Parts: sequence; C-alpha cells; structure tokens
Amino acid sequence: MKSYELAISSYDGEARPRMGFFTDTTLCIGCKACEVACKEWNHVPDSNHGFSGESYDNTLDLGADTWRHVAFVEQRVEMGADAAAESLVRAAALEQVADEAGLQTYQEGDGLRWLMASDVCKHCTEAACLNVCPTGALFRTEFGTVVVQEDVCNGCGYCVPACPFGVLDQREGDGRVWKCTLCYDRLKDDKEPACAQACPTNSIQYGEVDELRERAEARLDRLVGDGQDRARLYGADPGDGVGGFGAFFLLLDEPEVYGLPPDPVDTTRDLPAIYAWAGAGALALGAALAAAVLGGRR
Amino acid sequence: MSATVARDGAEGRYGRPVIKEPIWKPEIPFYFYSGGLAGASAGLAALSELRGNDVLARRAWAVALAGGAASPALLIADLGVPARFANMLRIFKVSSPMSVGSWLLTAFGPLTAAATLNAWTGLAPRASTAAKAGAAALGLPVATYTAALIANTAVPVWHEARATLPAVFAAGAAASAGAASMALTPPDDAGPARRLTVIGAASELTAVTIMERRLGELARPYREGAAGTLGKLAKALTLAGGGMAATPAARNRGGAVAASALVTGGAVLERWSVFRAGHQSAADPGAVIGPQRRRLHQRR
Repeated sequence: MKSYELAISSYDGEARPRMGFFTDTTLCIGCKACEVACKEWNHVPDSNHGFSGESYDNTLDLGADTWRHVAFVEQRVEMGADAAAESLVRAAALEQVADEAGLQTYQEGDGLRWLMASDVCKHCTEAACLNVCPTGALFRTEFGTVVVQEDVCNGCGYCVPACPFGVLDQREGDGRVWKCTLCYDRLKDDKEPACAQACPTNSIQYGEVDELRERAEARLDRLVGDGQDRARLYGADPGDGVGGFGAFFLLLDEPEVYGLPPDPVDTTRDLPAIYAWAGAGALALGAALAAAVLGGRR
Repeated sequence: MSATVARDGAEGRYGRPVIKEPIWKPEIPFYFYSGGLAGASAGLAALSELRGNDVLARRAWAVALAGGAASPALLIADLGVPARFANMLRIFKVSSPMSVGSWLLTAFGPLTAAATLNAWTGLAPRASTAAKAGAAALGLPVATYTAALIANTAVPVWHEARATLPAVFAAGAAASAGAASMALTPPDDAGPARRLTVIGAASELTAVTIMERRLGELARPYREGAAGTLGKLAKALTLAGGGMAATPAARNRGGAVAASALVTGGAVLERWSVFRAGHQSAADPGAVIGPQRRRLHQRR
C-alpha cells in the first residue's frame, strides 16, 4: 500500500474526502488578497524583503513567513504577424517616449506579457517533507493535506532541502519550520481556507481534489480551444514524481518560467537504492578496516 | 538581473532559486567528520583488539568515544529548538535517514562507552565483548548514513551523487580514524592505523574524483566558489598526508602527528566541500531545472 493510502486508512471512519486547491492562474489579477488573508488568519509574521524590482513581486518566494506567494512574471513575447506592423509603429513611438523621458511604458500587446500566479504548498501525494521528518511533526491530516505540528517540530531542518519546491523554511527567532496548513483549523469547521475565500476572481478554487481535477480539465480544454496552446495543468497528474499535488495549477507557460520545477520528485522514491549504496559503503569501510588491521604486521 | 523572465525559463523566474538551501549550521559538516571518525574508530579498535594490539585498541576506543560524544552534541546544537532533541526518538521511521541515524547514534554511544571503559580498566569483561562487537558493527553505518541523508534531498549535487557519496564518506571515515589513532599511538604499535590512513586517503581521493566525474555538468559547485576551494585544499592535504603516512617518515612520532594533521584536515575540509557544494547547487536554479528537463525530454 502506498504511504498516502496507509496514512488515510489510519483514520478509519474519520477520514474525509481529499481537499485541495485548484489555482487557475489565468484568472489571477495579482491583487495579493490571498497573501494578506493567509497572514491575517494564520498569524504569519511579516516578510519584508524591501523592493525587489522584479515586477510587482516583493514577497519573492514561499517560506516560513509566506504561505501564499503571488509570482509576477514579465516576459518579452514574439508578436503575431497581423499585429506586427501596427505594433512596430507603436513600439517605435513608445521607445522614443522611453528614451526621452527615461520611462518604460510596456503594455500587453507591446511584445510583453504579464503572468501572475499564486503559489502555495502543493500538499503532495508523496510528500518528501513528510517522509523525511524524523520526529513525526509533519503528518497527513484526515483531509489528505500535509501539516507541521508546531508543538512537535524541533527544527532539524531536514524537510527544507527535501522539498522539491522550496516551500518549507525555518522561521527566524523561532527555530521551527512553518508552511501552509491548507487552513487545517478552518477545514475542521467546514470552512474554506482563508486565501480561497479572499480571492476575488476565483483564481484560487478550493474543493475535493477529484472534483477540482475534473473542473481543471474542462477549463484547460476550453483555453486550448481558444488558442492558448501553451496552457497546461501542473501537478494534476497522479503519475508524476510526487504522485500528483493536492494543490495543483493551471499555467500559461512552462513551470520553470514561474519558478516551479518541471519534474519534481519525492526523492524517498530512490531511498531503497540510496540505502543500498550506503550499506555498500559501510561494508567497504569494514573491508578497509579488516585489510588495515589484518593485512600486515600488528 | 534581467527585468524580464527569459522565455525558455532555463534560469527560472528572475534567476531565483527553485529549492531552498539547507538551513544546517557549521555543526553539521563537523558532525559529518566526527561521526565518520567515531564509527570507523570503533571498528579499528575492535579488530586491533582481536589481533592482540591492545595499545592501539585502547586509543582507538577513546577516539570512538570522543567522536561518539561530540556527534550528538553537535547535532543537538544545530537544532532550531535544541530543547526538543528527544523528539528525535518519538518514533522510528525508515523513510527518514535522520531518524535511522538518530537511533544508530543512540545505540552507538553507550556501547562505545562500555567498550572504552573495559579497554582501559578491564571492567565488565563479558558484557563488554558484546558491546565491542555492537559498537564496531554499528560504527559502519554511523559513518555512511549521513551520505544517505543528504542524498535523499532535492539538492541536485547531493541527490545525483547518491551512488558515490557513501563511498566518499566511508573513505573519509577510514582516513579520519586511521589518522587520529596514528597520532595517538606509539609508532611501534601504530602499523594498522598507518595502513588505514593510507587506504582511507587513497580511497577518498579516488571516490571524490569518481563522484565529480559522474556528476558531469552538475559537479560545477565542486569546481568554483567556496566548495571548489575547500575541495582543492582537501585533496592537497589528503594527498600530502596520505603520501607521508606511506613513507618511513610516519614511523616516528613527529612524522605521524604531521601526517595525521594533514589527513585530518583533508577529511574535515572534504566534508565542508560537500556541504558547501549542496548550498551552491540548491541556490542555482539552472542546476535544479536542467536535469529535470532532460528527464522529461527523455520520457517524451
């Protein structure tokens, strides 16, 4: 039995349907209401990094004090053949303005596009963080989500480099690791997570993962039909390296462009081989010791 | 830094890291050394005793005990909440090499203490026989599980070296243990320690070279920055010390101490190089994205 099913089966009658997020980034307007709502509800400390100069993003990435992060991606794009002539004239005019005034005046259609995406813990089916946690502080809830028990975590830090998405981090002055709980406390009261409730465009959709996956497939079909040929689902496939995400995404470009790994893997999949190599190393050490002690004068 | 994100995304979003760098403090690379030193020293001690070399055995047990005591202290000091160190023993979890290692160390410490006590005082001869066998056997995985631990992360330079890292750590442990006992033991009784130093140093140099070669493009952290400098220094020290241990120069106390210091320095710096390489690798979005892309490409 896979670890996910094993964990859920331990809840017997108290197991609940698997809950998660479908973050449809095509609907994101970059308002950051999710970031704020998350901080408010979960008492997450501020995460002031100053001014980054990376579009409208000054939160930078997920971490101990950022459980929802809105990424802003500014990209230069090729112009279509029809739009090219008109756009070139406009672009030349704008360039002159920019040169004279020292201003950049990029707009959608000027060979630039602006992607926004609200990132969050993926609540992996096969969660590396949970697998490597030596204290059992990280656990699988009855909703199938992955949560850190703050009264158990001793800040060993193993989950931090184990997460293939860089979600977990240690909180300064606290020592423990923190991350999105998918609002475990709200779920227990049949409320939706704070970020999903605050999202004004329904870019963040909360629900049963099975149902969300169907909804996402339908949405993707429609977008592709409308000509968004680079649109894709990210993390909706149970066959991926982490067994699929509990919180997955609809993206308009390669995951890398959003700062997401294209093929994330729970490395504990390789653990049997890793242990075998470590065992072989231990045996080789034994052989070296025997050779040194027994292979010559005492 | 570019004002826009490159269309192909090979360097991620604005060149920002994709995964988090480890938060482990300097205690951890020093622990990699002390754990390897302790684990291999227990085996050296037990085997030397079997061969009737009690002079060497006593010193090797003392080294094992010192390493076995320093290791948990370093690990606890590294914790974000040191007072909660006992939470490590709440559960036993095979999927976490850190859990496995915590239990290994917990068993190794008292066994080594009992073995050392007997070696120096002759107390509890019967119980100590089992303790010595146990400590020597557990010492082997104590020396290599740390390689499994860091190989089981998303850090490319560690994970992709999962087949060779344990050999690097095992060889480094052999060199460390040989070097420590070589310096502490009168030269007439230190023959096995000298041989272990030479075998360990040669194996360490070989294993590191193979690891870097097999990593290919991902080995970049070992060629540049802090990890590169540390690695080059480590190799030079290990080569000099290992070479010296193989010559008659190591048969007098002064020469033995000098060779020991060189090899010990090499072993410590090699762990530091591996540690720093992990940081550099994690901080490099291209190193994380590149291999994943190639994997996807091969599957298509």
